[in-house]
Amino acid sequence: MSLGSGPVIYTTLDFDQPWTLENYLKVGGYQALRMVLTEKIPPEHIIAEVKTSALRGRGGAGFPTGLKWSFMPRNYQGDKYIVCNTDEGEPGTCKDWDILRYNPHALIEGMAIAAYTMAVKTGYNYVHGEIFEAYERMEAACEEARAAGYLGKDILGTDFEFDLHNHLGYGAYVCGEETALLESIEGKKGQPRYKPPFPASFGLYGKPTTINNTETFSSIPYIIREGGQKFLELGRPNSGGTKLFSVSGHVNNPGNFELPMGTPFRKLLELAGGVRNGHKLKAVIPGGSSMPVLPGEIMMEVDMDYDSIQKAGSYLGSGAVIVMDETVCMVRALERLSYFYYEESCGQCTPCREGTGWLYRIVHRIEHGNGKPEDLDLLLELCDNIAGRTICALGDAAAWPVQGMLKHYRNEFEYHIEHKKCMV
Amino acid sequence: MANIEIDGKQIEVENGCTVIEAARRAGVYIPHFCYHKKLSIAANCRMCLVQIEKAPKPMPACATTVAEGMKVYTASEMAVKAQKGVMEFLLINHPLDCPICDQGGECELQDQAVGYGSSASRFHEEKRVVLHKDIGPLVSAEEMSRCINCTRCVRFGQEIAGQMELGQAFRGEHAEIMTFVNGSVNSELSGNMIDICPVGALTSKPFRYTARSWELSRRRSVSPHDSLGSNLAVQVRNNRVMRVLPIENEDINECWLSDKDRFSYEGLNSNERLTRPMLKQDGKWQEVEWQTALEFVANGLRQIKDGAGAEQIGALATPHSTLEELYLLQKLLRGIGSHNVDFRLRQSDFSADGKQAGTHPHPNLPPEGEGATVSSDGGEPRQFLPWLGMSVADLGKADRLLIIGSFLRKDHPLLAQRIRQAVKKGAQVSVIHSTDDDLLMNVAHKNIVAPNAMADALAQVAQDVAAKNNAGISGSLLSGERVVVLLGNFAQQHPQAAQLQSLAQQIAAATNGKFGFLGEAANSVGAYLAHALPGTQGMNAATMLSSPRKAYILLNAEPELDCANPQQAMAAMQAADLVVAISAYKHHAVDYADVLLPSAPFSETSGTFVSTEGRVQSFKGAVKPQGEARPAWKILRVLGNLLNVSGFDQDNSEAVRDAALASVNIVEKLNNILNENVGRAMPDAVGEAHPTKTGGFQRIAEVPIYSADAVVRRAAALQKTRDAAVPRAAMHSAELEKLGVQPGAQVKLSQGQCCVYLYADADDRLPKGAVRVAAGHAATADLGAMFGTITVERA
Ligand SMILES: Cc1cc2nc3c(=O)[nH]c(=O)nc-3n(C[C@H](O)[C@H](O)[C@H](O)COP(=O)(O)O)c2cc1C
Ligand code: SF4
Ligand code: SF4
Ligand code: FES
Repeated sequence: MSLGSGPVIYTTLDFDQPWTLENYLKVGGYQALRMVLTEKIPPEHIIAEVKTSALRGRGGAGFPTGLKWSFMPRNYQGDKYIVCNTDEGEPGTCKDWDILRYNPHALIEGMAIAAYTMAVKTGYNYVHGEIFEAYERMEAACEEARAAGYLGKDILGTDFEFDLHNHLGYGAYVCGEETALLESIEGKKGQPRYKPPFPASFGLYGKPTTINNTETFSSIPYIIREGGQKFLELGRPNSGGTKLFSVSGHVNNPGNFELPMGTPFRKLLELAGGVRNGHKLKAVIPGGSSMPVLPGEIMMEVDMDYDSIQKAGSYLGSGAVIVMDETVCMVRALERLSYFYYEESCGQCTPCREGTGWLYRIVHRIEHGNGKPEDLDLLLELCDNIAGRTICALGDAAAWPVQGMLKHYRNEFEYHIEHKKCMV
Repeated sequence: MANIEIDGKQIEVENGCTVIEAARRAGVYIPHFCYHKKLSIAANCRMCLVQIEKAPKPMPACATTVAEGMKVYTASEMAVKAQKGVMEFLLINHPLDCPICDQGGECELQDQAVGYGSSASRFHEEKRVVLHKDIGPLVSAEEMSRCINCTRCVRFGQEIAGQMELGQAFRGEHAEIMTFVNGSVNSELSGNMIDICPVGALTSKPFRYTARSWELSRRRSVSPHDSLGSNLAVQVRNNRVMRVLPIENEDINECWLSDKDRFSYEGLNSNERLTRPMLKQDGKWQEVEWQTALEFVANGLRQIKDGAGAEQIGALATPHSTLEELYLLQKLLRGIGSHNVDFRLRQSDFSADGKQAGTHPHPNLPPEGEGATVSSDGGEPRQFLPWLGMSVADLGKADRLLIIGSFLRKDHPLLAQRIRQAVKKGAQVSVIHSTDDDLLMNVAHKNIVAPNAMADALAQVAQDVAAKNNAGISGSLLSGERVVVLLGNFAQQHPQAAQLQSLAQQIAAATNGKFGFLGEAANSVGAYLAHALPGTQGMNAATMLSSPRKAYILLNAEPELDCANPQQAMAAMQAADLVVAISAYKHHAVDYADVLLPSAPFSETSGTFVSTEGRVQSFKGAVKPQGEARPAWKILRVLGNLLNVSGFDQDNSEAVRDAALASVNIVEKLNNILNENVGRAMPDAVGEAHPTKTGGFQRIAEVPIYSADAVVRRAAALQKTRDAAVPRAAMHSAELEKLGVQPGAQVKLSQGQCCVYLYADADDRLPKGAVRVAAGHAATADLGAMFGTITVERA
């Protein structure tokens, strides 16, 4: 389902069994790793290449990957880790799942290159607890890779050693937050840690650790094989490469789409079959449920890359595009979103633990005809008191949808409060 | 160092210092809940948010470290808005019924709500209800809706107590503090969770709803239990001790108390208190006037002295008695011509007595206290006076420790805690002992052997360190810079105590280490200083009982629970012509005593305890003595006068203390070092190495934490804890199998003429050939010596 310059990640979809090693090898798989190992490419060169590519973290925050890798202490004595974040709990997002299902070797190769670059021998892949069959496929792929000498000791006949362990989570959204994820791997309750210290100095089991999203790691083989410049040129400056977009909601053809960064939303919507049943586009959440909603008119003019969406007032986030047509009641939509953050707060810090429940209850009241005029300002004030005041970004994630909805659709909320029913 | 500015105040602090701590030093208060200076930073309550120049959002002061030139604003618009926002969140689900909350009046949330809360709530939804929990007899978790999830209690368990007994289960708004699968909190330090809980979620079960904080007056005191000398705030209403809290003293108890120190006050108000003098006349107890009782005692003692001789009189005191009491007791005995006075009731090896201690480095030693063995030339022998051998603070700085024969956690809860913190910073602990209880800290090396193999085990280490053997315990000690070797209660009570000591001394010397004793009781050192000892002319505690005396004076002692051999002690008491019990309680003495003189426990008298580190701490009575009870020093003073002994004219306890310590340079007196070699003492007393066919085992006896002294034995809530459960007979499962006994079944234990029946436990960490049977408890008081052979059979 990829277009344009050809896929970077979903490279094997045309095969009958896209997930096999055999098919991965047919599309140039493990060439990058072989090159890195046999030519003993200095790690700094790899990091430079990744920096050139302008690859940014695909987990949601968009942090430059090359820069993140450079934070790992080079001469550290003792264990270091890399960890892949396949927790993928952000509502709307389902792209990493398909990487495990259809091209798990891209992830394995990307992680092996990362491990070589950061002098790491052990990696973990934390897999969302509810996608067991993808976890099993990933396990099978690791077995294949081990048998073929891409994982384990003496990889490809060199003295490089790296092994990868898959860890099935238990289905808590907050465990996708990278430090909660580390706690969870350690067997503790999945609660975010206060930062600093950052994982690069105090990560898994207190050791230097780099955490990246599945899609981030899976982009690495292409960057090394084809060069960072080529990856960069696939997309836009500051937004290199392709992006996996998970399109859901009121479209005729929902699914994952790998497209160059900067593809117009208009085009993406077209690929997804357009709005269902000829309905009118009302609103779009462009980057996963945590990001502020944008009205359809605005979205139709926006390109799908970090900077363009930010300019429009939202974020690219994880690249989950939630499309809503004119039948959607924004109060009800927000009620559902707020319920999610209320349920998923880890409960550690006061503003999120107490605030998410309060937000949800107010929106719930409005939806059920018990809203009061002062509720809307109260909602906004509570958002101010949550966002930026918490240990992890789940607090922000709970506040942003509320702020976005009230920015663009306040009239629907007012209507609900006044008339005790929907506008739509 | 970093120069920073907080609300316009300049302050220089070390790098790594947190903003909240820097502010404290600058005299700026930043509101906080989850932060606690002794706990790790959780940064979860968000109450401490402050504005920091250049930071786009408010930062938690507890988790932000200073940087050069940092400018902090704790009361700017941004900061106050953030703090008020957090306070509002904290209050929405918190019950707003402070008047019916036990914490009311001493609640951090209530206090800060006044400063940062608003008068009306904007929260009109339903409040969350969190179910109450029963987590044991000491800590109440009845009001968990009040919990603000600061996790101080959780971190306390993990970090200070060494075990995570409370955790935060569930997510988000459903988060709850609870024990694991309805368990209870069993830590010997659990009461501290009550102190650090900023709200009324965790409260004191014995205290809750008995008084309001503002009704209580606060008196300084000192713990009468273990030898640390924890500083207490005894809280009083209507002449009754209502509660005990810690007084912070970084050098001693820090901000903590052991549960024993905190909850034992219930024993002060026990209905077993003796409140009037009593006399047994024609086999019947009668309450009498003080004058009658005291004259009876004086006459009785005089008669025995005149008839059988003064050496037929003996005095047994516990080391929980004050310095003043012990001083006057020995003075009274010596005044009437007997040197038979001792406080070392559980000791069994006295072979160090009379041995030459380390020669004093300074020839012009101050004159010794009365009765001390002094020779007048410059290099006089010094008295042996076991103590910690270092300050408590220094103990915390040790990097290698060898702990010999100690039930460390139960005998010294807060010293164990200090050592736990040292271990976290990298210290290595090695253990030689006969049991392997979990110390809740990493133990680098351990050697768990039967009591009769303790000396060999220690000798091996002594040999190894001499030979610079880099393996095992020896290797650990040799690699240290601040080595500490400690002898615990078990080692001091051991029949080869002197030998263990001399080996420990050798090990310390070979590793350039410090060496000391973990004193058994609050006043073990003070009792030495008071010279409540037989010296060279009298009988020690054991001899006084094995060669029964005609008269005994018991000072706070319950011989069936406090003596090394209760069977023998009881026989001696029963056979005596006169037993005078000076006691706060009507105890077993009613069976064998002739006079009961009601004395005041520590809370009702002034006095002095000298802690194991040699710290002299005097305290005043917190309340007036109950009924007609009198401070024991006053009782002894009157007896001294009635018996015409000179030097019994002190007007107050301070004068007694000054008389006791007048000629004593404590620093110079504390002396662990024996110069003479001690031979292998009384090997028979340890018991046989291997059980005979008749089922003879070596007894391993600890004194359970809540059985150690008269007050704590009567503290109702403590007696409901797991630590106060009826003793069981624990042995290696292989031994149980040989006896044909299932774990959980009853066994018959016999020593001497008596036997008791206990339930058996399997504990494969115990050495074979041994059985662990606690002493100091009514259930085992019919047994004989704490060490030695004990027969175990199927019941
Ligand atoms: C509440 C929360 C949930 C998150 N969930 C995920 C997730 O499911 N997958 C993911 O890759 N990153 C998630 N993140 C972001 C991670 O913390 C982290 O930034 C990311 O894994 C880093 O990888 P990247 O730099 O490759 O994006 C989440 C963050 C928060 C605050
Ligand atoms: S913001 Fe929410 S999810 Fe994140 S640490 Fe705080 S309570 Fe937990
Ligand atoms: S019980 Fe008390 S100490 Fe524990 S988390 Fe709740 S408020 Fe904090
Ligand atoms: S005191 Fe700083 S966050 Fe709680």
